[in-house]
Amino acid sequence: MDKKTKKNKFADGSTKYALLSVLGIAGFFVIWQLLVVSGIINSKYLAAPTDIIKLFFVKIAETAPDGNTLQVNVFSSLRVSLLGLFTALILGIPLGWLMGWYRWVDRFVTPLFEIIRPIPPISWIPLTILWLGIGLKAQAFIIFFSAFIPCVINSYTGIKQTSPVLINVAKTFGATNFTIFIKVGIPSSLPITFAGIRVALGNSWSTLVAAEMLASSAGLGYMILMGRAFARPDIIVLGMLVIGVIGAIMTALLEFAEKKIVKWGGRTR
Amino acid sequence: MAEKKIRLRLDKLTKIYHTPEGEFEAVHEVSLEVQDREFLVLLGPGHCGKTVLLNMIAGLEAPSSGSFYLDEKEVRGSHGAVGMVFQKTGLMPWKTVMQNVELGPKMAGEDKKTRRERAKKYIDLVGLSGFENSYPSQLSGGMKQRVGIARAYTNNPEILLMDEPFGALDAQTRYAMEDELIRIWEQEKRTIIFVTNNIEEAAYLGDRIVLFSECPARVKEIYEIDLPRPRNNVDPNFLHIRQVIAANTDLAL
Repeated sequence: MDKKTKKNKFADGSTKYALLSVLGIAGFFVIWQLLVVSGIINSKYLAAPTDIIKLFFVKIAETAPDGNTLQVNVFSSLRVSLLGLFTALILGIPLGWLMGWYRWVDRFVTPLFEIIRPIPPISWIPLTILWLGIGLKAQAFIIFFSAFIPCVINSYTGIKQTSPVLINVAKTFGATNFTIFIKVGIPSSLPITFAGIRVALGNSWSTLVAAEMLASSAGLGYMILMGRAFARPDIIVLGMLVIGVIGAIMTALLEFAEKKIVKWGGRTR
Repeated sequence: MAEKKIRLRLDKLTKIYHTPEGEFEAVHEVSLEVQDREFLVLLGPGHCGKTVLLNMIAGLEAPSSGSFYLDEKEVRGSHGAVGMVFQKTGLMPWKTVMQNVELGPKMAGEDKKTRRERAKKYIDLVGLSGFENSYPSQLSGGMKQRVGIARAYTNNPEILLMDEPFGALDAQTRYAMEDELIRIWEQEKRTIIFVTNNIEEAAYLGDRIVLFSECPARVKEIYEIDLPRPRNNVDPNFLHIRQVIAANTDLAL
């Protein structure tokens, strides 16, 4: 829904739809505030938005109850998730391209990949602890798995759909298979590859809480867990909201990058 | 007038595909001579064989048997002597008009200044000045096909192969593009092999028309069209030729 209003806003160039988006968010918080203030929901179970905004500023300076300030938690989470995400992008996208272009790589890797693919990322947690212990590497590894799969699948599908006509065009100009792979296959795959990056980004950020259960001492997921331990719903909700907002910002940044790179407007969906 | 030189000679080219349902013959022993600077039209019904024949001449597909000779030298596999204009335009959507047109010489490693100059010349020639930095998605069907023609010419091919280039265009644009193509051909005088299933288009464009049979494609008849250009498609002579060819054409179902 959010996406639709955004698109309309660009299509019409009017502020009318931007206003609607703001209204939607504002309405949500107003109703929430009213529910808590009026006592329909006990503030023991859910903090009011105004309290959370207050807590946001308090938490920038204070370390209670989880032992870190908010920005330390945000930084820690970003470090883990971006490390996992970028490793997945760097390994997953080229692998998908190679699998999609060279038949022998496809035959060699795809069966194995199809077996690993359905395994949920969090089921890697026990093995990860055995292999990597607990800490940054282990957490990033879990996130890597959640982001790796969509990267491979989308770059694979994207390059597979390269138009045979374009390949023939390059062939009549005497291009080698490798040149065609680089100059025709990879650019053709970009719109679909970017869709995969978007999924990978979402996965990496949403697996965060699970990854931070691996006995971390900082991070937004860790802060949420501590909020539960100390029966502080305001801390939990603050953690959730910060995760949501950062996720939205990262998606917006990615969309911006996509528009710069895929500027021929060839989004295939 | 100088004696006609033979540019390309096909000798019993045959293409057989092996499919799970058995053998399928697309092209049957096609022998042809293409003269220098000639506008040769390959006319045939349906979707049988003509594209395969072009692909073999371009080196995109290997013939099952037979051979072809370029300037009396036998050719095998891919070679840079031909340029091809595709029905589905085949423009790279991520490249601008200029980047598409300069693609051939760029892949051959030609330096930027020379290839851009030549690309510009052909962009102007096809009437697309001012659109150098547009992306294909911003162009109409006819304009895209003009880019395809400019791209093929920029690679300096000895022979230009055109595979139903105007098939996807509406009738008005098609007529306009046919005139454009004749104008460019008269200016550049390069050998053109043009595939179509449209009899009127064939008679309007060609110096000679090679009529193919329905599957497998084999040469049925070759017509010399010596009507003066620009041709008039309601001229009695034109209509007569059209009728003769139509009567001899297999029906494509």
